Amino acid sequence: MSFADHLPLLVLLVPLLGGVLSVFTGGGRVPWLWACSVTLLTFLGALELFSIVTTAGTRTYALGDWPAPWGIELVVDTLSAIVITLVSGIATVVTFFARRNVEKDIPADRLNFFYSLWLLAITGLLGITATGDAFNLYVLLEISSLTIYALVAMGKETDRRALPAAINYLVMGSIGASFLLIGVGYLYMATGTLNMADLHETLTLMREAEGGFNRTVLTSFAFITVGLGLKMALFPLHTWMPNAYTYAPAAVSALLAATATKVGIYMAFRFTFTVFGSDFGFLQPPNSTVLMACACGAVLFGSYVAIRQRSLARLLAYSSVAQIGYIVLGLSVLQTDAVTGSILHIVNHALMKGGLFLVVGVVAWRLGSSDLSALGGLGRRMPLTSAAFVVGGLGLIGVPGTAGFVSKWYLLSGLLSSGHWPLAVTVLIGSVLAGIYVWRVVEIIYFRPPDPRHAEVSEGPVTMLLPVWILIGLSLWFGVHSAGPVALAGEAARTLLGQGG
Amino acid sequence: MELLGTYNYWVYVVIMMIGFYAVIARHNLVKKVIGLGIFQTGIFLLYISMGVVRGGSAPVRGPGTPPDTLFANPLPHVLILTAIVVSLSTMAVALAIIVNIQRRYGTIEADEIHRMDREEAEAPAPSPVSAGAEEVAG
Repeated sequence: MSFADHLPLLVLLVPLLGGVLSVFTGGGRVPWLWACSVTLLTFLGALELFSIVTTAGTRTYALGDWPAPWGIELVVDTLSAIVITLVSGIATVVTFFARRNVEKDIPADRLNFFYSLWLLAITGLLGITATGDAFNLYVLLEISSLTIYALVAMGKETDRRALPAAINYLVMGSIGASFLLIGVGYLYMATGTLNMADLHETLTLMREAEGGFNRTVLTSFAFITVGLGLKMALFPLHTWMPNAYTYAPAAVSALLAATATKVGIYMAFRFTFTVFGSDFGFLQPPNSTVLMACACGAVLFGSYVAIRQRSLARLLAYSSVAQIGYIVLGLSVLQTDAVTGSILHIVNHALMKGGLFLVVGVVAWRLGSSDLSALGGLGRRMPLTSAAFVVGGLGLIGVPGTAGFVSKWYLLSGLLSSGHWPLAVTVLIGSVLAGIYVWRVVEIIYFRPPDPRHAEVSEGPVTMLLPVWILIGLSLWFGVHSAGPVALAGEAARTLLGQGG
Repeated sequence: MELLGTYNYWVYVVIMMIGFYAVIARHNLVKKVIGLGIFQTGIFLLYISMGVVRGGSAPVRGPGTPPDTLFANPLPHVLILTAIVVSLSTMAVALAIIVNIQRRYGTIEADEIHRMDREEAEAPAPSPVSAGAEEVAG
């Protein structure tokens, strides 16, 4: 086996070992430098893997040389490759950004532990994306979740409310993961296998032999859907998210918002399409109606509540609830364009929301707060940061020229061509509401009189602005040069829906 | 005997629901976490039950084992060992967070913590921000 054949495993091993070794990096800037180099190395590996997968097709890797379906298999197809590159890339940018925020939020003697958890969380997220085994997915999900609970709780140094937020997240997250565990258990009872591809084959044979599915499989589908709904914060199971994002250390919020929820949605794609299959009728009414209702509720509720928030971080968190709604909407109609739009929105939203939460990080580092009332006149003091917010906000609305427009365009055309015009109307209403909450912030930043308490505030340092503009700039780039991403997402969507590939 | 044959599964559902009820209905965070533990224990029972093979012995193979011995399915056991470890770690993280909550809030009752947070948010905080804004407006 050549070096390239081991890449699917290496992108997991590097952050895993890096996370463990990070404990021994001492103090000062060493843990941060270590985390930066580990994430960068992972990202380079992911890029190489991405180029291999896009040219040579799906890569599989039998862990410990045990052949699937007996051993655990890593499977990297187009969708996995996209998400792995996205997660490791954003992790690299956010890690580079994180130093000042983390030095402010975390006691100096615990920096090595902080970055250890940080890298382990990234390992878990990457692992979920790479694995082809249903139970292994659960284990990796718990690796990322447990570390993220601890990371959220570390916000306690600045605000004690991080602690109740973390325990609430832990309880709801554990129930979600347990539901997934039960669902996987039922699937194993029905089929006797845990490998995702093998599960799909066995289910296909079962359906042909019995003309349908027995209750065990249906129960498993129900448990997995609800469990993943909890994990990806799908309305009305989103209640853990706004508090967790608001009170976690700013760097952690950015990592979470950009990667963790996206990986949750990736799991939903994996189970709905790869395991259960789009042609099995699991996503026919009434199931799909329930999902659509949840997604519409997410879009309308999330956007409306975002308008009423007093803190920038919280506003963005509720906006995330709405954006997850858009993505699930595309998934629930089983139409190629809509699924393409969903996959594009996973990437675009990760870039925009990651960039916006980094803006919150800069603001919180400079002002010590992200309350909207403290942001008056920020447009003159921190012009580059404010401009980044405006561009990211335009992306959330879906203004032409931003990446948000491209994904919403595909989503809308998919919804319309499959005859779901009420859903298309919901998407448009959601965009109008997004316009209102973004405008509210813009109005405060540019037109309110400056706050005298922050008269001394100046622009953030280059090392913080650079990551912000990398993410925001990329979201603009994908808005203008959209052909490449659209072709990739379309290919991933067709593979998922079983139309060639 | 349909009911007796699925006895294990009935027990698993009952245990799980007892735990789930505790998670939802209790305000005390430690009791919530205990509920979570009971909930997950129910799932362990589900996995162990699905590995049973009627007439099968423990899946241990030695030099003297006859080749046609019937074994229980060892895979669910292995899976659930992993899940037990995960459950333990969840418990450890949860208790660590609760210890911190007790230190910072002086209570571990979820409703009291919620009330304290709300009062803090609604209290007319000595906010130089709003005062400053009024000065500018005036």
